[in-house]
Amino acid sequence: MKDFPYTESKDTRSGFGAGLHELGKTNPNVVALCADLIGSLKMDAFVKDFPERFFQVGIAEANMMGLAAGLTIGGKIPFTGTFANFSTGRVYDQIRQSIAYSGKNVKICASHAGLTLGEDGATHQILEDVGMMKMLPHMCVINPCDYNQTKAATLAIAEYEGPVYLRFGRPVVPNFTPADQEFEIGKGVLLNEGTDVSIFATGHLVWKAILAGKLLAEKGINAEIINIHTIKPLDAQMVLESARKTRCVVTAEEHQMNGGLGDSIAQLLAREEPLPLEMVAVNDSFGESGTPDQLMEKYGLNEAAIVAAVEKVRARRK
Amino acid sequence: MSQDTSLASQATANPKTIAELQQIASQVRRDIVRMVHAVNSGHPGGSLGCTDLLVALYFRVMKHDPSFSMNGVGEDLFFLSNGHISPVFYSVLARSGYFPVSELATFRKLNSRLQGHPATHEHLPGIRVASGSLGQGLSVAIGAAQAKKLNGDDRTVFVLMGDGELEEGQVWEAAMYAPHHKVDNLIAFVDRNGQQIDGPTEKIAGLGDLRAKFEAFNWLVLETDGNDFEKLVASIEEAQSLLGQGKPVMVLMDTQMGFGVDFMMGSHKWHGVAPNNEQLEIALQQLIVEHASDY
Repeated sequence: MKDFPYTESKDTRSGFGAGLHELGKTNPNVVALCADLIGSLKMDAFVKDFPERFFQVGIAEANMMGLAAGLTIGGKIPFTGTFANFSTGRVYDQIRQSIAYSGKNVKICASHAGLTLGEDGATHQILEDVGMMKMLPHMCVINPCDYNQTKAATLAIAEYEGPVYLRFGRPVVPNFTPADQEFEIGKGVLLNEGTDVSIFATGHLVWKAILAGKLLAEKGINAEIINIHTIKPLDAQMVLESARKTRCVVTAEEHQMNGGLGDSIAQLLAREEPLPLEMVAVNDSFGESGTPDQLMEKYGLNEAAIVAAVEKVRARRK
Repeated sequence: MSQDTSLASQATANPKTIAELQQIASQVRRDIVRMVHAVNSGHPGGSLGCTDLLVALYFRVMKHDPSFSMNGVGEDLFFLSNGHISPVFYSVLARSGYFPVSELATFRKLNSRLQGHPATHEHLPGIRVASGSLGQGLSVAIGAAQAKKLNGDDRTVFVLMGDGELEEGQVWEAAMYAPHHKVDNLIAFVDRNGQQIDGPTEKIAGLGDLRAKFEAFNWLVLETDGNDFEKLVASIEEAQSLLGQGKPVMVLMDTQMGFGVDFMMGSHKWHGVAPNNEQLEIALQQLIVEHASDY
């Protein structure tokens, strides 16, 4: 098992804030909108240095999505910022009609996704957002794993023409990916080559998969670990190549089983290469209040859950 | 199906006189009733009621280019928020030269660019955003107006909403936002026909005093007769004179649903119902154009 050294832990949302600020300097067409959550989204630096390109919308997310669609008419590249819950479910029809169906070049940037939002509880812990967004035709869905990758993704989506959902979170997590990485939309990242099982993880579960890989190595299991930062379009080629080699698959994500990464990979395997699959995800349940670590343990989204899923899926391997 | 070159060329020519606008409006109304009749579906009532506004905008008021670019830099932009009145939008765009008038015959049919509700998905020239799910157009128009300001583009953004549509909460989010952000290059219209699908607006939801409501939200508000070209054009010109003063402008437009066809007028019953063969003939007899050029 490869080692993944890191010097500090940081929140992915700060990677977004840093990326947005850099875009402010490098791309005059980038504009930003926020629904009363500048601090939470780490948009302060952009707001301070590019006030004429920042729009405070207030607690009015539906209006924010419409404004963003309108700003594209005239060549702007709007980045909207609010919590993942209010970026998706609250405004699904606005995104569907004014952005996705209309083919608008809007970047929907969503923080505090999933259980790791923590103590605020289930009202704010959206676990369905990836599903909602990936169902929209031509919507690109990205869930980076650490600070550096979130920053790189933020820069990359400004260059991509079309609507994007960029999902990130609140807690600090090990910042282990390279600061100078090229972020290629739609391409998986092979973290550890292995032969005994393929673990496809996204977002905060990527680090958990690395931790699980170490535990598995101690048991003599050589896991292939792949970071699927882009859930749609899915890197079908990389998923299939890995699955055909290892003959069994585990997916891991901070999302419902329904509609998440596991669901996308299950569809792909069912069509192309039926193989045993286990999903580490939330199983048809809302979250609750608690610390991020407590919640990830209770809802089975940690390295122990991944190890258990690997053992289960290996028992099913033919 | 003959392409009417005389009307198509008018879009880019000099602004039309009131008499010319009336002729164009009658031709557009003929298109509307024929379009919805042909597919036995669509929304004639609001389309007929708003015909005069769209004709005034596209044939007299707006600076616009039928060769169409999505960004519309240097042009006035129009957004239709109440997308169900697509027949009038399509007819006016076609008669302005955005696409062949003959294409109106494809309205609501399979593989058409003229979807039931306006869409950009099939790349129909003249449409800049999909609409139909109500309450979204004002936000989009405000965003486009702010993009114009960022671009140093001094042209105006126009948007039309239905009155029933004002029951959507997003409209009031947008109404609060625009004056706060001094979006003063925007003229919004409300089609105050007093009707919605289930009956009169005042019976359904009690829209009440819209002037007072929008003034309380810090808009400049005008009221006009949306089916009288003299008054309508004067009101639009007055609205234009109010731009640039730090506030958006709202024109509340009294109209009659179904205007121009006597048996459709003033009732919500023709909101989303197409005329039968006999009713179509009666309607066309009432919509007189000197040199009719039906598609």
